[in-house]
Amino acid sequence: MTQQDKLQAGPVIKGLSSHPVAMTVKDLDLYYGETRALQKINLTIPEKQVTAFIGPSGCGKSTLLRCFNRLNDLIDVCRIDGEILLNGRDIYAANVNVPELRREVGIVFQKPNPFPKSIYENVAYGLRIQGMNKRRQLDETVEWALKGAALWDEVKDRLSDSAFGLSGGQQQRLVIARAIAVQPKCILLDEPCSALDPISTLKVEELIAELKSQYTIIMVTHNMQQAARVSDYTAFMYMGELIEFGATDQIFTKPRLKKTEDYITGRYG
Amino acid sequence: MKALTKWIADGTPWVWLNAAAVSASILLVAGLLSLIGVRGIAHFWPLEVQEIVYQQADGSELVIAGQIREVEKVTAARLRESGVEVAQGSEFVTRYLIKTGNRDIIGQDFRWILKPSIKSTGKPLSMVVFEREEWGVFIGRLIGVREASQLLESPDTWGDFQTRLDRANGLRDEIRDLEKGRIGSVNYRLERLRLKQRGLELDGKDDAASLAAIEDDRQTLQQEYNGLELELGRLYAELQRDAVVVNTVDGHELEISMSSIVDAHRPNQMSLAGKFGHFLHNLWKFVADDPREANTEGGVFPAIFGTVLMVLLMSVFVTPLGVVAAVYLKEYARQGLFTRFIRIAVNNLAGVPSIVYGVFGLGFFVYTLGGSLDRLFYPEALPAPTFGTGGLFWASLTMALLTLPVVIVSTEEGLSRIPRSIREGSLALGATQWETLWRTVLPMASPGIMTGLILAVARAAGEVAPLMLVGVVKLAPALPLDGNAPFLHLDRKFMTLGFHIYDVGFQSPNVEAARPLVYATALLLVVVVVLLNLVAIQVRNRLSERYRGLES
Repeated sequence: MTQQDKLQAGPVIKGLSSHPVAMTVKDLDLYYGETRALQKINLTIPEKQVTAFIGPSGCGKSTLLRCFNRLNDLIDVCRIDGEILLNGRDIYAANVNVPELRREVGIVFQKPNPFPKSIYENVAYGLRIQGMNKRRQLDETVEWALKGAALWDEVKDRLSDSAFGLSGGQQQRLVIARAIAVQPKCILLDEPCSALDPISTLKVEELIAELKSQYTIIMVTHNMQQAARVSDYTAFMYMGELIEFGATDQIFTKPRLKKTEDYITGRYG
Repeated sequence: MKALTKWIADGTPWVWLNAAAVSASILLVAGLLSLIGVRGIAHFWPLEVQEIVYQQADGSELVIAGQIREVEKVTAARLRESGVEVAQGSEFVTRYLIKTGNRDIIGQDFRWILKPSIKSTGKPLSMVVFEREEWGVFIGRLIGVREASQLLESPDTWGDFQTRLDRANGLRDEIRDLEKGRIGSVNYRLERLRLKQRGLELDGKDDAASLAAIEDDRQTLQQEYNGLELELGRLYAELQRDAVVVNTVDGHELEISMSSIVDAHRPNQMSLAGKFGHFLHNLWKFVADDPREANTEGGVFPAIFGTVLMVLLMSVFVTPLGVVAAVYLKEYARQGLFTRFIRIAVNNLAGVPSIVYGVFGLGFFVYTLGGSLDRLFYPEALPAPTFGTGGLFWASLTMALLTLPVVIVSTEEGLSRIPRSIREGSLALGATQWETLWRTVLPMASPGIMTGLILAVARAAGEVAPLMLVGVVKLAPALPLDGNAPFLHLDRKFMTLGFHIYDVGFQSPNVEAARPLVYATALLLVVVVVLLNLVAIQVRNRLSERYRGLES
């Protein structure tokens, strides 16, 4: 990134001040061993909005996403510099309770990953871990979460069946229900529709649109139409750097930078 | 030439080679099973008794009766070398192995005879075969039945005999229950009292009051014992009441007390169904009875029991240990040179000869640990060792050590088969690593754990060498599980099928009698291992059905 690019990208971020801030990324560097996978990322995530990360494969968007709930901690060789502020506190500070952080920042992966348990137990999993074991409270929360994920009507008669009996789209919504059951503040979606058929994709997209009234949503997507359809803000990343960030309308209609325009118009990617 | 090249190029020879290897394996397994199956099972089939008149080397004639156990051809030259006269012109001579029984009369119960020296054979209907408590079987004719000192004058001698045999068997059961059950229990409690007294003496607390209390208890037990002894004497007298008068084909007449006859049948009068019934009866007795006569007669129940109990205890020891070790290696330990080194060490442990584990078990578990345990907890029994000698506990522990690598390796494999996404899914919901392991990963890895256990069970059940050092004996006086508290006696010595095969086959004074038992016991061992494995496989299949993860 040249000095000039940075100057141009700067004011756009400041322009987000119309929304309350959910998370702030400050000077984030991430290394896999010797390789620098993310470089000096600075970003502000608006609250209760959908923020999409786009960019070509390997640009670091999933890596960045997984920084928000410290899932990268699981990789031995991964090292992080910089800060991510949630509620004004750095989530990489030494005294952070990581499981608690992950309860506040849920994640849904590319491929649905239900546990080999019943539909009910899948949704109740996070609740049981929090120590909720009163049957009625569990029942209510599970129903609420499944309704929230627009799955309740399809599964209410077979809650005790294995989650593997569901279709891919249903499984993905089950995983979303599982994530919202623990009432997070923020939900990370890592290409949530890339393993789904068009109809399931549509349902999940509708769900995302509904969910944003209550949750801050950050999603990674390969699909630019999807980013255009569902997101309010879009960040374009390239080679581990944040190139441009702004309101989705602006990014897709009049991107400031040439690189962004080239990617969006399909000249590379 | 071109056809040949094409034939080679399209891989046909390779397919044939593969198929041949599979066929060879199947043939080997089938051959093994059918050999031990046929030889083992045949032992229980009631053979007919042949009465054979044959000419001895000195020209005199001898009458014997017995069952033909084996037929084989030997070269005439070999016989001539050993000094037997064989007619010129015959190259091979058939010879029979006859089980004549009556070891108490003729000193041996098997005899080889040559076909050419047989004058005549017959199958008299009246021949009876008695299985006895001692001296092996008796083969001869039943002449009469004596009740008390009275010879019975009924025409149906066999019927009279049967009713009295049933009575004797009933009495024998009563005696066994009395001896092993109630008298055994009294003896056990007496021994405990003795140890208690000794313990008090060692602690210096043997004041008059406690000694008097012990003496009181002892008196009560002694009285109980005397009563039981009286009852036992009465039962024995009852058992001795009847006897049978029999004679052998070579003219000996003798009386056999009913108390020494275990079983009787008349094979020459049996129908096929009758024989089959008797066959099943024999089979059942082999599985359910205690061994007699230096393990060459009777059943192998204590050995089956010991094998199964040891394997179960071993599973109880090895599963938690192996799983915990594998979890640490796979989930917690930082992967690096050190874990690699540990893995290599674990894999090498699996290749250590089992006798080495036996030596370790003896040296460390039995002498060191057991010796310390005895000094600390059982000083009253010293110098007689309690845990300071081989026993069920140390044997199971040694087997657990022996099978530990298998369990660790397959658990690790099971753990690594669980998709990363499942772990991340759990962690992402706020579970700690421990909660993720306990609630998701371990249940999903349980089929892998079961696989390890199946391999471990198969290995341990067949082990012989190390067990000889740490607690398996040829004849254990009591089962390690009985009605006396604490019910499971981990310090007791026990029997196993593997060692039983070795003992019967190689340590037996009566080779011919023992040989079929070796096959039968081997077959039984295979059956026991297969049954144990079937149970474990069933459990594994249910688990993997339940935790079948998304394939990824």
